Amino acid sequence: MPNLNVNKTPMAVRDPLERGRDFGEVAQGYTAQQAMEEAARCLQCKHKPCTGGCPVQVDIPAFIRLVAEGDFAGAYEVIARASSLPAVCGRVCPQENQCEKHCVRGVKGEPVAIGRLERFVADWHNSQPIHPAQPVPSNGHRAAVIGSGPAGLACAGELLKKGCDVTLFEALHTPGGVLVYGIPEFRLPKKIVEQEIALLKSRGLKVMTNMVIGKVLSIDDLLDEQGFDAVFVGTGAGLPRFMNIPGENLGGVYSANEFLTRVNLMKAYLPNSVTPIRCGKRVVVVGGGNVAMDAARCALRLGAQEVSVVYRRSAEELPARAEEVEHAMEEGIRFCFLTNPVEILGDENRLVTGIRCVEMELGEPDTSGRRRPVEKTDSDFILRADTVIMAIGTSPNPLIKSTTEGLETQRWGGIVADEWGATSRQGVFAGGDAVTGAATVILAMGAGKKAAAAMDEYMRSKT
Amino acid sequence: MFEILKKENLCASVVRMTIDAPLVAAKAQPGQFVILRVAPDGERIPLTVADYDRAAGTVTVIFQTVGATTLALSYKEVGECLTDFVGPLGRATDTAGLRKVAVIGGGVGCAIALPVAKKLYEQGTVVHCVCGFRSGEQVILQDEFFSHSHKLITMTDDGSFGEQGLVTDALRRLIESGETYDEVIAIGPIPMMKFVSLLTAEYGIKTVVSMNPIMIDGTGMCGGCRLTVGGQVKFACVDGPEFDGHQVDFDEVMQRSRLYQENERHAYEQACHLFQKEVQ
Repeated sequence: MPNLNVNKTPMAVRDPLERGRDFGEVAQGYTAQQAMEEAARCLQCKHKPCTGGCPVQVDIPAFIRLVAEGDFAGAYEVIARASSLPAVCGRVCPQENQCEKHCVRGVKGEPVAIGRLERFVADWHNSQPIHPAQPVPSNGHRAAVIGSGPAGLACAGELLKKGCDVTLFEALHTPGGVLVYGIPEFRLPKKIVEQEIALLKSRGLKVMTNMVIGKVLSIDDLLDEQGFDAVFVGTGAGLPRFMNIPGENLGGVYSANEFLTRVNLMKAYLPNSVTPIRCGKRVVVVGGGNVAMDAARCALRLGAQEVSVVYRRSAEELPARAEEVEHAMEEGIRFCFLTNPVEILGDENRLVTGIRCVEMELGEPDTSGRRRPVEKTDSDFILRADTVIMAIGTSPNPLIKSTTEGLETQRWGGIVADEWGATSRQGVFAGGDAVTGAATVILAMGAGKKAAAAMDEYMRSKT
Repeated sequence: MFEILKKENLCASVVRMTIDAPLVAAKAQPGQFVILRVAPDGERIPLTVADYDRAAGTVTVIFQTVGATTLALSYKEVGECLTDFVGPLGRATDTAGLRKVAVIGGGVGCAIALPVAKKLYEQGTVVHCVCGFRSGEQVILQDEFFSHSHKLITMTDDGSFGEQGLVTDALRRLIESGETYDEVIAIGPIPMMKFVSLLTAEYGIKTVVSMNPIMIDGTGMCGGCRLTVGGQVKFACVDGPEFDGHQVDFDEVMQRSRLYQENERHAYEQACHLFQKEVQ
């Protein structure tokens, strides 16, 4: 008998006032009973529209049926066949635009809470004693994966399944990429990322940190000298963009990357951290994506009294995940929609004092299909601020491009790759934000997974 | 990994350390830098490569104990290891085609200027070096500079070693006496680089300065190290660290370098207490 409730089984979320003062996880996850109750809402559609909406094609009805039956281990196996990072995806995927968007239950009421169920299953699995993975017989191929973010981890995970000897190269001192330096602890506890990487290591993954490929070793070094048969480039889009408006170099203006890296990777929020962060009392975050939400909510947790998000379009166009916007609003983050900064103002010590903005209105749709914001004349006003965080997007780092001869790139820096990740260089594959520009964790994972299949085929054809 | 193989004090507050880092040594060039961490959860600090030995697989850094992390580093002994050591980062010094160059070093900046002078000297460029220090107690690397330059002038603020005065005094004298340089390379405190650049602008001599701003990742990711050069925003870590001294907005660089002064002072004091306790 399916659960006919039109609403999702609620998930416990910490009180906004309490959680706004620390970095503990906001959403608490389902209990086993809640998960089974929610799983019973699934209609087990034969045509699986939800799976069609999933970039890595998790067999969603199958895992949900096992949850409903209380077979959590079985449910995990189903997810793990398709996804290498279920505990991460359950937390950070924009499900409302993917699997849940296509859920039949969503037609009259809320869709099945697929994300919450995925998270439950992954967390349940991670709380069990670790069973050493069945070693896969080696196929004799060596693959290098550059970048240990979602694309790289997914690619590495798939290559391990195929029996490859995989080495993961990370530029920073900790693997995980954006999962570690970008997404904050309160949304994705770092312990979860560590667990996922430990799991891959237990399956034979070698991780080399402090390896800035393009500087320490080039892609040609990896292929020619280091004996790798193929290389995957999953270096993401790590280069922060600025608006190029006056005052952007004033003290107190950050790229979201710097702000979040200080907080998340360098743990500036801990009282005994040796990497400090200057976060003022009045913070303005420019942008409307997940990164902007993360920066705003981190600023609040660092003690800011007033945090405003300035976004040039309206609430409907906010690219951030719905849950993050909702949580940010609950926590008291102020939103200034249809507002665009034109200048950052400073004092005689070159420290930020405010940000001059203009009001916008929505005009005709642009190439992205969203209505283009147009400036209203004589509408400028000043928002007081002592900290300004620019979260207006990132582009791929040019390091690989500039050090790899014959690797074709787009004018904006993205690596040119086909649907399977093949680039203009033989044996070099790429996927994730490095190819598409800044997108989501799950799209990067999907690209990494596909490229792994193509790499495996390439390496087999070579021998 | 990253074992300390050699350590010596060049003066009371300046230490030279040789680190086992074969991959970094294989690619390092003068002008480039490394980022290191002394402890897990430690701060990432950039230090310029002072020397490297590709055959031995070692990289040498020279640092002044100015903050908590450099203090912690100075307490590390031979045989101990660094947590992280990544590089070589940034662009190498462009020395191609230079016939005659004045290399100006200020304080611990001399440690960064030396490998540049060395490379120029070894490629046959005429090298005149001017080193500046506060007083004789801070003077470092004189033998090395002497053997890698055709002329060496050392200045101290108080005249307790070499000549009394600023590096700009010596440089102006050299230029006035008829020396003509293809380029001046100035590495040291920001005010020194600023005033060297102002001086050479008067004479129209191309000037290169090496910037060492606040940095986190060193790969172009955070933008913390950004500065304005010729009206354009550059990242010192990937576009530099060397820039045209006549184009750099030094006042902005100065202000940005002060952003964490209070935290740095506090952290340094705490670290001092901590190490004193350990010693007791």
